[in-house]
Amino acid sequence: MDDKHWLERPENITKLWRGGWVLLALLVLAEFTYHPHAYFVIDGWFAFNALFGFLSCVAMVLGAKLLGVYLKRGEDYYDRD
Amino acid sequence: MIDTVAFPPALILFAGAFLLPFLGGIARQAVALAAPLLTLWAVWLVPDGNVMTLGFMEYTLTPVEGDRLSRLFATIFTIMAFTGTLFSLGQGSKLELPSAFVYAGGAVGVAFAGDMITMFVFWEIMAVASTAVIWSAGTDGAYKASMRYITMHLFGGVVLMAGIVGLVAQTGSIEFGPMKTDNVATWLILIGFLVNAGAPPFSSWLPDAYPEASWSGTVFLSAFTTKTAVYVLLRGFPGTEILIPIGSYMIFYGIIYALLENDMRRILSYSIINQVGFMVVGIGIGTELTLNGAAAHAFTHIIYKALLLMSAGSVLLMTGGVRRCTDLGGLFKCMPYTALMGIIGALAISSFPFTSGFISKSMIAQGAANQHMFWVWMGLAAASAGVFLHAGIKYPWYVFFQKDSGKRPSEPPLSMKISMGIFAFLCIGLGVYPDPLYAILPYPVDYVPYTTGHVVTMLQLLLFSGLAFFVMLPYMKRTLTITLDFDWFYRKLFRLAAREVVDRTSTAHTGAFEDADKRLSQLIARIFKTHGPHGLLARTWPTGSMVLWAAALLALSLVFYYQ
Repeated sequence: MDDKHWLERPENITKLWRGGWVLLALLVLAEFTYHPHAYFVIDGWFAFNALFGFLSCVAMVLGAKLLGVYLKRGEDYYDRD
Repeated sequence: MIDTVAFPPALILFAGAFLLPFLGGIARQAVALAAPLLTLWAVWLVPDGNVMTLGFMEYTLTPVEGDRLSRLFATIFTIMAFTGTLFSLGQGSKLELPSAFVYAGGAVGVAFAGDMITMFVFWEIMAVASTAVIWSAGTDGAYKASMRYITMHLFGGVVLMAGIVGLVAQTGSIEFGPMKTDNVATWLILIGFLVNAGAPPFSSWLPDAYPEASWSGTVFLSAFTTKTAVYVLLRGFPGTEILIPIGSYMIFYGIIYALLENDMRRILSYSIINQVGFMVVGIGIGTELTLNGAAAHAFTHIIYKALLLMSAGSVLLMTGGVRRCTDLGGLFKCMPYTALMGIIGALAISSFPFTSGFISKSMIAQGAANQHMFWVWMGLAAASAGVFLHAGIKYPWYVFFQKDSGKRPSEPPLSMKISMGIFAFLCIGLGVYPDPLYAILPYPVDYVPYTTGHVVTMLQLLLFSGLAFFVMLPYMKRTLTITLDFDWFYRKLFRLAAREVVDRTSTAHTGAFEDADKRLSQLIARIFKTHGPHGLLARTWPTGSMVLWAAALLALSLVFYYQ
């Protein structure tokens, strides 16, 4: 008997990933079910929010990483002289 | 039946604060829970307009002046005081809760202040009381952080006071109403307000001080200071365009710094600045929709941020003080309830559909779209995805999932569970049924949050942000670091500069003293030579020489006067 929590078993994590991909695909396809009301031009593009959400997050993670190169210091930075 | 109150509702909380130290056991708990509820009751009995006046020097103060905006903020401040009190019933510090009551009372006082002087008095009461809340943690780190905190707030207070004095000198009126940034005085007032909002370059006081408070203290701190700043900006500077870039900076500052952070409560502190940034942008756009959005977002934000910090506080308390993401993980198995509460807070802050964040934040983005502000709108959309990234997933993931840290803390006590439950209920309740909140906003609401398009676009934005999180996970490995901020200037540079000045002054001082000492020694040596025991001028004169000199003088006079 495996006493690991179901969330910790590798086969379940694979299932979660698959479920996640299906959900993302369905969300993009849901755009066909209604007529989007665009306020600008690019927010009317197909799957704009999906792409924009993904890419802006990747950019923020990389941007933070880059900033961290210059601004990260050890936890005792302000305590030592 | 009383139908109006003619005193500041804040006084009830102040009275509670002074009673608490004398009580114990059940009586203390009863007073602690009753005071915020009584205050809430009084808040809703404040009618529109001036309720009372007080003479102060040659001015007439209006300490209680009600309107929709005042009541909205006073309401959420008292709800927060009640739920926060319930959460902190087990807190050992006897200083924290009375301080938190004075702090909350100050916030309620600001919300009803009809004039600048009353506002300023309550503003400063908050600064002192919040410092006492940080103190109550009782650690060395908390003491040092509280000193940096109060220095910053006293500085902001001085700037604000200078602005108020300038404005009164110009206009002769102390009324607190909308202002234009066309002179130095109103600029100073705006800067004073922005210091408390956590705007650049005065952001670092917040993530510096809040995580140093106790497991319950941080919950109180998260609610009042920044949200009273939002309130005074709403009242004093609606539609001030400079607030749009300032707020946008705060939004992205909060995201980027939270992404780099390792301390779980500091992550949530950075995200306070991020969320206040959304409100500041809404105030800057200044249409009825965005002002409503900013006010509504302040209301929902207090609830879900307190919920998040309550779940973090529970983890902190039950693990015996573990605060770093690198030391946490896997707690969902032993603290499933706390994890669920944290996740509900995280979904609400990310403005997931059917949570409170969705029905408030989207009003601001919609307002930007209505005004055709393309870049602002793009920024807000990217930031919405970023909120999910830095708080919505990052916080629950690193604390409750991630890896098995081997820690097996149990769930927190019942009172803490109930308070989290109340706020989680409000997060979902307001998300599903926003009408009660919309009904008390400053302007009439003509906004429908739930359209298929809005739900689908928001879910796309958020879930693809979630995808980015897991794809980029290797790049987000937590490190045992802090991140430099503007406080580097006063914690490092100014300190080094001050030390340099002290060192050099001290060297020069010592040098000058040594020099003077040498000269003085030389002088003394010279005097000693002539006047010392063996000096020429210090010898005792024998009587013989006296007779000789007298004879010489007599001879001289004989020569001169001989005729």
